[in-house]
Amino acid sequence: MSDHLVEAIGLSYAYPDGTTALDGASFRVAPGESVAIVGGNGAGKSTLLLMMAGLLEANAGEVRIGDVSVTPGSRDLVRRTIGFVFQDADDQLFMPTVQEDVAFGPLNLGVSAEEAASLAATALDVVGASHLADRPPYHLSGGEKRAVALAGVIAMGPNVLLLDEPTAGLDPAARRRLIKLLQAFEHTRIVATHDLDLVLDVCTRVLVMEGGRIVADGAPDAVFRDEPLLARCHLEAPLRWQG
Amino acid sequence: MSRLESALADLRLADTLASRDTALSRLDPRAKIVTTIAFLFAVVSYERHTVVALLPFLLYPVALASMGEVPWRWLARKLALAAPFAVLMGIANPVLDRTPMEVSQGVTMAGGWISFGSILLRFALTVTAALAVVAGTGMHALCAGLAALGTPRVFTAQLLFLWRYTFVLGGEGARMATAREARGGRGSPTLAVYGSLAGHLLLRAFERAERIYRAMLARGFDGEIRSVRTLRWSPRDTVFVAGWVAFFIAARAVYLPLVLGRLLTGFGG
Repeated sequence: MSDHLVEAIGLSYAYPDGTTALDGASFRVAPGESVAIVGGNGAGKSTLLLMMAGLLEANAGEVRIGDVSVTPGSRDLVRRTIGFVFQDADDQLFMPTVQEDVAFGPLNLGVSAEEAASLAATALDVVGASHLADRPPYHLSGGEKRAVALAGVIAMGPNVLLLDEPTAGLDPAARRRLIKLLQAFEHTRIVATHDLDLVLDVCTRVLVMEGGRIVADGAPDAVFRDEPLLARCHLEAPLRWQG
Repeated sequence: MSRLESALADLRLADTLASRDTALSRLDPRAKIVTTIAFLFAVVSYERHTVVALLPFLLYPVALASMGEVPWRWLARKLALAAPFAVLMGIANPVLDRTPMEVSQGVTMAGGWISFGSILLRFALTVTAALAVVAGTGMHALCAGLAALGTPRVFTAQLLFLWRYTFVLGGEGARMATAREARGGRGSPTLAVYGSLAGHLLLRAFERAERIYRAMLARGFDGEIRSVRTLRWSPRDTVFVAGWVAFFIAARAVYLPLVLGRLLTGFGG
């Protein structure tokens, strides 16, 4: 699977109230690539991620992983290939202990309890949260919750990681740890974010969204120099370039 | 902390208590479920005017609470919360049933008062036992136990969702209450404000519930909640079930109540 392209072809979606969220978004992500999706609030980033994970069906267009189209029929394959880290870790964590929560995904993929426990231990080790294994998730700090939520996804062994606002609500130290972690991953990474400094550190390519369309696609260094584009899309140059 | 928040924290204590290593939490959830069901059947099997014969059954909830190191104040608070239901169920009895009954030598009471007392006692016994089991097991382990005993998955999954969404709905409600207070809202809201708050709460809870469900789907949820914690039946569990069931049978089969009754009437005069 790891050598498969992830491809969005003419994705369109309107919410039941008629609001257009996506209006013909198309792009391709190569295996191992680290791509950021940026844009103002309501530009369609989260909708796009949900669709790529097969959690929302497009009104038109399709998502392809290699040769397979993401549909309810290919759901199992999609779950194995794509890991989705949600914006609010509290939405994701629900088992009584961290270890059980991280093992929840692997167990659903049909591995044995022992194997799931060992996958969970490895994933917790990767994110540096082994010491939290027996704690109930609702008593953790924001940064710890994010780390555990990420472990819960990578324990499933996905090839592609989708991350929705991974640094939102983190303190600077937790944000730095997360960035180091994301840099070390070899997964294909697609990150929806407002944190353009994170993009400079983690991504080699950036897609800019506006009104449900991809309006720019290129290297972060080049795209973030285009000030009229940034202003139009409710963005600002990365903080480290300012002042 | 708002009242709602502290009520939620108090409820969450059930899970926190269960995550500790106690004599009760070490038992297999199935042992606790089976024994507690036997206890419930024994307690409700008595004739409706029974009071004294039920007293030996107090031993079970007391033993559960001390094995699980469940704080008595927590149990009492939860019991008080549910008490109005029991009172409502039995309050008509003293009015409807005025037949005099002999309580002990020379003392008579209306049968209705005795059956009312019996209802309250049974309520206290059964609810305390159930609360102590939840606090000494945890909702997830309890549902795993129920599922292993053959309860349909639909039911156990629903129970877990109910538990999870109680905190979701409560958390949203607490945040809204705080926001209202922060902008100067005091006392009870007017009906119009209350309606608007309730509507927003519902919509927000819906959205949140949908995100949670999607997060579960993304990790392969297919209707069954699996856990790495496997159930293990040990000799300790057999002793627990056999010991208590033997006690319930003995308490039910005349012998214990009679002794206890004699003891009490002996003290009484």
